[in-house]
This record gives sequence, C-alpha cells and structure tokens, in this order.
Amino acid sequence: MNETEVLQKVFLPEGLNPTRSKSPALKTVALAGNPNCGKTALFNAITGGKAKVGNYPGVTVERKEGRVRTSSGTELRIVDLPGTYSLDAKTPDELITRDVLFGFDQTVEKSPDLLIAVADATQLERNLGLVLELRKLGRPTVLALNMMDIAKQRGLDLDLDVLSKELGIPVVPTVAPRQEGVVELLSEVEKKLNNEVAVAPSVWIQTSPEEIRGRFSEVDRILRLATRKSSSPTIWTDRVDRVVLHPLWGSLILFCVFGLMFQAIFNWAEIPKDWIESQIRVLSSVLYEVMAPGPLRSLLADGVIAGVGSVIVFLPQISLLFLFILFLEDCGYMPRAAFLMDKWMGKVGLHGRAFIPLLSSFACAVPGIMATRTIENRRDRLTTILVAPLMTCSARLPVYSMLIAAFIPNRAVLGPLRLQGLVMFGLYLFGVLAALLVALLLRSTFFRGPKPILLMELPTYKWPDAKSVALGLFERARLFVARAGTVILSVSILLWFLSTYPKPPQGAMEPAISYSFAGKIGKGLEPLVRPIGFNWKIAVALIPSFAAREVMIGSLATVYAVGEQKEGSTELLGDRLFRDWSLATALSLLVWYVLACQCLSTLAVTRRETNSWRWPAVMLIYMTSLAYLGSFLTYQLASYLGLG
Amino acid sequence: MKTLKLGQLQVGQRGRIVRVGVGSDSADWVQRLMAMGFLEGSIAEVVHEAPFGGDPLAVRVRGTLLALRRQEANTIEVIPV
Repeated sequence: MNETEVLQKVFLPEGLNPTRSKSPALKTVALAGNPNCGKTALFNAITGGKAKVGNYPGVTVERKEGRVRTSSGTELRIVDLPGTYSLDAKTPDELITRDVLFGFDQTVEKSPDLLIAVADATQLERNLGLVLELRKLGRPTVLALNMMDIAKQRGLDLDLDVLSKELGIPVVPTVAPRQEGVVELLSEVEKKLNNEVAVAPSVWIQTSPEEIRGRFSEVDRILRLATRKSSSPTIWTDRVDRVVLHPLWGSLILFCVFGLMFQAIFNWAEIPKDWIESQIRVLSSVLYEVMAPGPLRSLLADGVIAGVGSVIVFLPQISLLFLFILFLEDCGYMPRAAFLMDKWMGKVGLHGRAFIPLLSSFACAVPGIMATRTIENRRDRLTTILVAPLMTCSARLPVYSMLIAAFIPNRAVLGPLRLQGLVMFGLYLFGVLAALLVALLLRSTFFRGPKPILLMELPTYKWPDAKSVALGLFERARLFVARAGTVILSVSILLWFLSTYPKPPQGAMEPAISYSFAGKIGKGLEPLVRPIGFNWKIAVALIPSFAAREVMIGSLATVYAVGEQKEGSTELLGDRLFRDWSLATALSLLVWYVLACQCLSTLAVTRRETNSWRWPAVMLIYMTSLAYLGSFLTYQLASYLGLG
Repeated sequence: MKTLKLGQLQVGQRGRIVRVGVGSDSADWVQRLMAMGFLEGSIAEVVHEAPFGGDPLAVRVRGTLLALRRQEANTIEVIPV
C-alpha cells in the first residue's frame, strides 16, 4: 500500500459513520492474533460453535460472527478476524484485519468496541509483537494467553501479574478446546467495556524497521521480567519433523498420506454413495407411482431428481475429502506437504502452497479453487486456479469407467496389471501432466514474473480440535449442497425442457429427442464435431455435460433411447456405444473428458474467487480449445492407425 | 567474527542475526521477515532441509519454525554461534 492509498482511507471517527449501528446496545468484540494461535478454537469456545460464516463483501476472506451472553446477562457480538503477523498487511486476509481494526471501512465491519488479543503461550516471543501493535490502537484490549496447557507442560512458568502490569492490559490464560478460562475472559471483557470507552485509533502509517526492532526489544524486556522459568523447546514437533521432513521418509509419508486419502475417497465413499443413489431411485419410482403421467411428473423425476441427485451422490466423497483436508490442516501437516513439494511445484513456476489446492482438485475443483486463498500473489493464485480443473476430478470417473469398460479389453499386461486399470491411471496422469504444462506455459507468458517468495510458518503439531473439524466439515458440506444444488437445479430444468419440447409429430419413427430443440441443436453442431470423431448424438449429450460432466452418461443414455439409466445397465449403454462408435471416437471422447472444462460450478466459483467474469471465460475458452485440439489429434491419429 | 548468510549454515547450525534484508531493496520484504521474527540479535537455527537439492529450509527463530528458500534466507546475515 502506498501513501496515496493510505490518504484515501482517511479514518472516519466512529460517530460520523452511523451506517452500521443497528443495535447500539450490542457491543462488538473482535478476536485478533497471529495465524495458528488457536484463535478460531477460542472463538468456537466462546460462542459455543454457533457462528455465522460468510465472506466479507467483495473479497473472499472468510468472516465469522457469533453471539455470547456473559454471566451477568449482557449480550456481546463476537467477530473472528483473519490471523495476521502484523498490521502491515500483505495478503487479502491481513488487509481485512487491519481495515477493521482501524475502522477504515465501516461497511465491511463495524469497528470493534473491544479487542481480545489472542497469543499462543508457547510462542510469546513472536506473538507478543502483534499484541503490542494492537495495544497501540487505543481500543480497550484483553489478552488471552491461549494453549496455556501445552506451555505449562513444556515447563513455562509466567508471572501473569507482572505480564499484565507491563503490558498494561488484563491477561487471562485459556485452553480453548476445553473451554478453560472462557468465563474469566468474558468477565474481564465486561469489566473493560463498563469502564473504558473506545477511542479513535491513529491513522495507519507503515511501520519502519526501527519501530519493529523497538517493539520486539520491548517484548524481550517484558518477557525477561515476567518469566520465572522459560519453557523447553518443542521436543515432539522436532522429533516428528525429523521423520516427516526427512528427504526420504518424508517423501514416502507424503505419498502414503495422500495414497490413503485417494483410497478413502474412491473406496470408502462407495457405501454411502450407493445408499444415496438407491434412495434417489426409490424417490423417483415413488414419484412415478404417485403422480399421473404428464409434464410435471417428467420434470420432477427426469429433470429435478435426476439432475440434483447426480450431484448429491458426490456428497460422501466431498465430505470425506474435506475431513482429510481439515484434519491435515488442523494438525499442522499441510504446510509440511507444501514444504516438501515446493521444489517440484517451483519447476513449473507454481508456489509450494499450490500443491494443496491441486490435490483437492482430484476430488473436485470447486474446493480446490477455494483453497487457493492462501496464495498471496495474484499471478500465482490465478495460475493455480486456471490449471486446477485439469486435475482429474471425481465427476469424470463415471464417464471414464463406462467408456473403458465398453471399449478397452481387460487383458493382463504385466503380472497383476491389467489394461483397463492402466488406461484409467494413464488418464489421471495425462490430466496432471496437462495441468503442469499449462502452468509452465502460463508462467512463461501471461503470468511471467519472479518466482513467488516463500515465507511460511510450520506450526507446532497438535491434535486437531474435534469441534473445529466437525464445524468446518458441516459448513463445507452445507455450502456444497446449497451452491451445487442451485446451479444444477436450474440447468436440469432447462435441459429437460430442451430435450422434451417440441414433442415429436404423430407416428414419428426416430426417438423423441431428435425432434426436440436439443436434437436440432445437435444436428446443427455435427459439422463442428465431425473432425474430432463425434456424431450428433454425442454433440447433444455434450451440451448438458458442460454444466456437469457426469450428466453425460444420463444424456447419452437418453439420446441412445436406452431409456432411464439404471444401476447395472451401464453394460447395456456400453454395448450400444460399442456398436455405434469406432475405437477412435471413444479414445477421442476420453481425451476430451481429460481436457474439457465442463462444470458450471467450477466456472461459478472461479468468478466468485477472482471477482471477474474474465477468468472463468479464459478458463472455458482455453480448456475447450485444448480439448478440441487433443481430441482432433487423437481421432486423426487413431483413424490413421486403422482404429477408425 | 566472520558473518555468513543464513542459507550458508548447515542443518543443525545456529547463528545470531546481525542484518536483515541484505541485497534486497524491498522494504516490504524486510518488514515481513521482521514481523515473522527475523530480528537482529535473535538466534536463528537451520533445522531441516527439503529433499532434492535442500531447498527450501526450515529455520527456527524466536520459538517458531519458518520455511523459506535458500535465496531468501541469504538476505539474512548471521554470525555462527
């Protein structure tokens, strides 16, 4: 941020900006602290986990708000600010925290009446730096010394009275997962609110290195006075890291952790997935029995239930993936994975942190793209977002399975390796290579720039807080169902309409769909898809699959008049396709599926995360072109080799 | 006493920081390093190296473990202790 921008954000005294004072009696308390200091766990402990989660307007920084009633009955509004190392903000998260604390933008968040500074008691040498910065803001402040149990175990003995006197603010030790100290913290908060009034903080000026030096020598002075016995270093984290970050063992563990994750997503999720699928079939057959035949029944059964159901079946996979990711994040492993992968990601110009979003994209690009928020540089972040949908997501699996089963003979190749499995693995590998190549290409053309700087904390390992993981998981699952549901619902209804109307004339010989709008569109598109080996029926089936890949199977089935796609009838559709298509066509369609951008949710989330329509457009155009080129080459080569 | 770059320390070696932001003209970078705990007078210890070429490094400073690449670590001057 330069000086002009600072001047533009001239501070408005609280009284002059009444826009947000809906309930003047309700006081706002904000939690601020370093990342990884257990701030969110403390927020959950204070609010009892009942939080409103959303985004700050205009930016994709998560915003959490909750309510609590103190023992004397006062209701307080609690806001969890994004973690930051200092008020000299660098990332979007940190900018939000700074702007709220200084009261720059009252439309984003009402400036807080009181601050709870949260510090990790095991890392006071660094955490207190921010506390001193917060104290200087002039707002009433209470310090929560979090993770006090771990600090005590390591032998830390602090004189809290001295600490409180030197800092000039009340100090309360807390252990967030066990709710220890929360009552005491709230009573200190209440005392402060009753006795002190928030004064307007000074205008933000970038701190000079001298000020930072001064701040930390003050930290050292205070800690010398307040420490009776200092803690021993983190023996456990060091021991674990000696293996986890070991060049050989570390790489092996990384491989196993994510191997297990894929195993879980693909195998463990099958049982709940099958159950949901059967429930959807039951629902749909009940509808058929109960309702009279007609457009409404058709719309509900073929449109709404088939469409929305095809998304809901992925909920177990998505939830399992998020469970793994939340667990790995909460225990502190994720930054280590990024640490181990930094070198490889750097080879194609990606940030080490890009590893995490790309990995999530194996399940679904939507959470993958959301996970790019931790990448501070815009160029790095955009590169990662643009290549994430090339990673083979779970929605491609049904299509791969069906086409491979129909067209690839299941011969043994070498020992236990069979051709079908090898082709499946090859498709996954092809997706990864395509993503890395495109990233390399983007970084050496449009997003040219210096190699992204890496400065990342490797937090102390800890057992994940079950409550935080559960809350996080529930929230993600809810968002997935809500968002995917709305998009897929509207598309399903539209598609049902297009392929049902106009109705075929009396005595029509061809399947009804060829008389519909969808049929006409498919025939119109045929010249365009002939060079890549697709016929008009594939073209028709492809259109709805631009909304969601897995729709392809259902729509192919409809187009080929096999009727409703039922479990176990995949062979039937496969047989039809095997008779109708050449191997060259099937291979071409597989390559198309590896490379094409066929997911409205991905485009929608890209729009939301980049705040512009430009990047989803770029994504759609480059991936579709790449898919067309790939399919063209595949079809022409395969035809040349006599597979046409 | 001879000064070294932080990136020149071996794994397990410790050094007292004497200068931060050597050869870097970015004030932002110096401030980020300082806010994360790289301050003159503090002790920095190279604790781990990543596989395949030893980059990035994991450095302990002021009680926290931080990952940074060798090139960036070399903007910090230390006296081995």
